[in-house]
Amino acid sequence: MKISLFAPVALLAVVIAAVAAPLKTDAAKSSVSATFKQMNVPVEAKFKKFAAVIDYDAAKPDTAKATVDIDTASIDLGDPEYNHEVAKKEWFNAAQFPKATFVSSSIKPAGAGKFNVAGKLTIKGKTADVAFPMTVKTEAGKQVFEGTLPIKRLAYNIGEGEWKDTSTVADDVLIKFRVTAAQ
Amino acid sequence: MQRYSRTAILLHWLIALLIIGAFTLGLIMTGIHGFSPTKLKYYSWHKWAGVTVLALAALRLLWRLFNAPPAYPATMSPFQQRAAHGLHLALYLLMFAVPISGYFYTLAAGVPVVYLGLFPLPVLIDPDPALKPVLQGVHYWLSMGMAALVVLHTLAALKHAIIDRDGVLRRMLP
Repeated sequence: MKISLFAPVALLAVVIAAVAAPLKTDAAKSSVSATFKQMNVPVEAKFKKFAAVIDYDAAKPDTAKATVDIDTASIDLGDPEYNHEVAKKEWFNAAQFPKATFVSSSIKPAGAGKFNVAGKLTIKGKTADVAFPMTVKTEAGKQVFEGTLPIKRLAYNIGEGEWKDTSTVADDVLIKFRVTAAQ
Repeated sequence: MQRYSRTAILLHWLIALLIIGAFTLGLIMTGIHGFSPTKLKYYSWHKWAGVTVLALAALRLLWRLFNAPPAYPATMSPFQQRAAHGLHLALYLLMFAVPISGYFYTLAAGVPVVYLGLFPLPVLIDPDPALKPVLQGVHYWLSMGMAALVVLHTLAALKHAIIDRDGVLRRMLP
């Protein structure tokens, strides 16, 4: 009798959990990178470790939420020596601030497959409001979320001391992301 | 004694200065430990100098093809003439090979050249971590080979001026 009483409640809980559960992201088909200019040469650095959690239901886009955690020490500039350097205090200070995070505050539909995302980006302990467009499309039965977010590195204290000089490494940085998730 | 044309003399000395500058910068920048804005600047300047050498070398080769250089003095033995010619040929080859190897090295490293910070130059190959150390070695040893030949070339020119006093050096003086 007890069981039959609680069964519908338990079932409801399972259903809610299933609906609210974040999408299962495919790390191998997802990427986060930062493109900046040094001496006017565009250089793309990839973050090898990050976790993207996306709650998105195409039927209810207004309730979408996204959180991205990036391991700052996982940056790959294509050279082990440089990777080691940018983990240091002047750049990411990965020992003290191992993660950069993005937490969405609103994801608003802006036409077919397009969204305007706003949220808070925290890098090196500094948090700032950011907004950027995002697209969602279906590729091979999976959902692909893509976007580019322009930031100023000095707003996050990335590049201290002599690196504050933007004539060598520009202030503008483009963060590009592509997150692939199961439907 | 007949001198080289003004164009040939100008190209010779411009390229000489750029090669010495790029070589010196190459030694300094690779000796800077870690990471600094100065290091990044030196790397870019080194690449710009190298690309300039390549362009001027192409001009110089064209000029050389259509303008015969002055003949060697008769006092030079056939062996000496062949040696001088061979050394010049090797320097011509290296004027191309050194910058080209450096260009592909930086492309393999994923850092294309933006000439003078203004003009993006063609990206002919994708970043290639396996090729990068190979090209690094090729660029290094070609540069060292060129440095050795430049020293030999300079010593030979001085020998002509000081010991032989045959006017060979004067043909190329500005």
